[in-house]
Amino acid sequence: MAKTPIRFSHNREEKAVFVDEGANLLDVLRRSIGDLTPKYGCGQGTCGACTVLVDGAPQLSCLTLAETVDGRAVDTVAGLSDGARLSALQRAFMDNFAAQCGYCTDGMLMSATALLKHNPRPTREEVVEAISGNLCRCTGYEAIINAILDASQGGARRTG
Amino acid sequence: MPIEFRKDYFADERDDDLNEIGKPTQRQDMTGHVTGRSPFYDDHQFDGLTHIRCVRSPHHHARIRRVDAAAAERMAGVRRVILARDVPHNLNTLLSLLDFGLDDEELIASERVAYRGAPVAAVVADTERQAREACAAIRVDYEILPHVLDVEEAIKPGAPAVNDAYPDNLFVYHGKYDHQKLRYGDVDAALREADHVIEGRYQMSPIEQAPMETCGAIAAPETNDRFVCYTSTQALFFSLGTAAKLLDVSSARLHFIGGTVGGGFGGKVDSLHEPLAILGTMLTGRPCKYMFDREEEMQVGAPRGAERWYLTDGVMNDGRIVARKFIGYFDAGATTRLSSYAIIKAAGHLPGPYTIPNVYADIYCVYTNRTPATAMRGFGITGVDFAIECHMDEVAERVGMDPIELRILNAYRDGDMKAHRRLAKNTALIECCQVAAEKAGWGLSDAARLASSLRDGGGARAELPRFTATDENGRVSGYSSGSYARGDGAGTARGESPPPPARSAPPPPPRQRPERAKPDAPAYREPQREPAPATAGPERAPPSAEPHRPDPNRTEPRRGPTRFSSISGFRRR
Repeated sequence: MAKTPIRFSHNREEKAVFVDEGANLLDVLRRSIGDLTPKYGCGQGTCGACTVLVDGAPQLSCLTLAETVDGRAVDTVAGLSDGARLSALQRAFMDNFAAQCGYCTDGMLMSATALLKHNPRPTREEVVEAISGNLCRCTGYEAIINAILDASQGGARRTG
Repeated sequence: MPIEFRKDYFADERDDDLNEIGKPTQRQDMTGHVTGRSPFYDDHQFDGLTHIRCVRSPHHHARIRRVDAAAAERMAGVRRVILARDVPHNLNTLLSLLDFGLDDEELIASERVAYRGAPVAAVVADTERQAREACAAIRVDYEILPHVLDVEEAIKPGAPAVNDAYPDNLFVYHGKYDHQKLRYGDVDAALREADHVIEGRYQMSPIEQAPMETCGAIAAPETNDRFVCYTSTQALFFSLGTAAKLLDVSSARLHFIGGTVGGGFGGKVDSLHEPLAILGTMLTGRPCKYMFDREEEMQVGAPRGAERWYLTDGVMNDGRIVARKFIGYFDAGATTRLSSYAIIKAAGHLPGPYTIPNVYADIYCVYTNRTPATAMRGFGITGVDFAIECHMDEVAERVGMDPIELRILNAYRDGDMKAHRRLAKNTALIECCQVAAEKAGWGLSDAARLASSLRDGGGARAELPRFTATDENGRVSGYSSGSYARGDGAGTARGESPPPPARSAPPPPPRQRPERAKPDAPAYREPQREPAPATAGPERAPPSAEPHRPDPNRTEPRRGPTRFSSISGFRRR
């Protein structure tokens, strides 16, 4: 099977790997890079558990051909914390009990990261919209929305 | 909306001087979740990991004439094709580990498939893609058999036999009855005296648990002649026992690691991923991963089974329900899994949170050519609660009463006898109704507002009925007892020659049953069971007596259910 060499920035570190023809970014991150934070949930672009950022925009890694990230920046949950120091968003998820089984959490965190980067003071509706592509089957949406609002500038949870 | 705790209601029943409960405490797994480091089974990496994919039946019901894997075995990356004959002890039922039910499910189908998606062969290959391609190259020659997808059709005479262990398509309870009985008081007499008799039929759908993480397991050889298995199971010791049984090895050789489950909701209680992953490792010496993709999770993953309920209430003009009769059909799908147990729970729950002096239930665990059903959040309770609460609204309408007041009037109260013959305590339906009405701005009469679960219960309401009508309807024979858990009877994991699957037995003789009255009438009301065991017995006897020829070298493989109290969930909080 043909292999293609690609280079990309992974959580601000340069990585170079050979990828199989047709390999998706999710498999390459998990199996070749060893970053296990993006999760397989459906393989069909439905659930959002594999969400990563490509050049800052949320993207479903299970539907992304690995070759297409050549020369681009890929960010995942593995790059959110600074060693043991958690980011404000991660701390807000902890404080708000915004994870039950934890399987959707990585995708939620990445969708929220993208939102807050472009819109530091989102409304509740904007938060709901931002995570509308991420399914949580433990149905913890309220806690997740509250956590993202808590982590946004101003911090205080808002309703409305 | 903040959660309202109404602790005052139970204040005299519990000390609130607990060390942890009621105080905010961070979950120990939360840091793992928010950093993406929680170790789900698929987060364990192995060099040379191989992948298992299954060839699955496209038919609801078919005989397997031939499986041709020759081409697949020669394909690039294919390490091994696994067929039914490669499974050391290819017959199991989950609750055999608790001595509840007969073995009725193969890990890989040998001669017959009884639901769409049943595994017929498995491929171990170096990549998932290679495994998929090899599966597509396996040719299976099927002889399509008639199928049945409806619970009441499945128990009519002449219906296709779905499950070899239970040729009448009905699970056998306690080795005696083709249904689970509940008898409390005399329902028929009470119905005759009631002012209204109100009937209803309720049908629910199967529901897929749909966890975010699909079911799966990874197995690998360890250096000490053991196998390690990382699994998404919700029930690690069930999975361990099941794998030891199917693979015919001591559980001491299996090192199971689980505990991090990406959502389960019941769908990961009886997964069969571990034994196949370990078998792949045993046969290839390689680490093996067997993981459902999302399509399999939805099609093959065992859902909450559908239930059909017929309710008949005897109601007085003032709204008192004096009799309630249930006929229930649980759609188990092709194999038992946990459906039989769901019915035990259902029987303990009837007639819902109400005090009704006469209660009757016949609950059938029916096999159909559907995906086997299993556990899901409150299974055995939620389906019948849907029926009961819909029916309460029907009753309210018929007797011209407010539906909430009807519930408060009939609600159980502390000290009342329940139909399963335990006294009710910590009841709070009345208070729930009152709070719900208040929140909804729903006016209640003074009597309903002043009612309390703590008052007016017990006394005469604590008495068992003076007379309970019993019967021998649905009596069966021939289901001998034995124990997998205790190791007596054949077919234990330590048995030298595992018994052949029931499927290798000659087909059961055509089932004959006495004609039922009005066979084309809707099978509702009475299941019209023939009472006398003397006449019903021989005709309804399972085929084990005949097809399983007595073999002096081994004991009868058919094991009957014994006690169920350890799993009945009847224990009080």
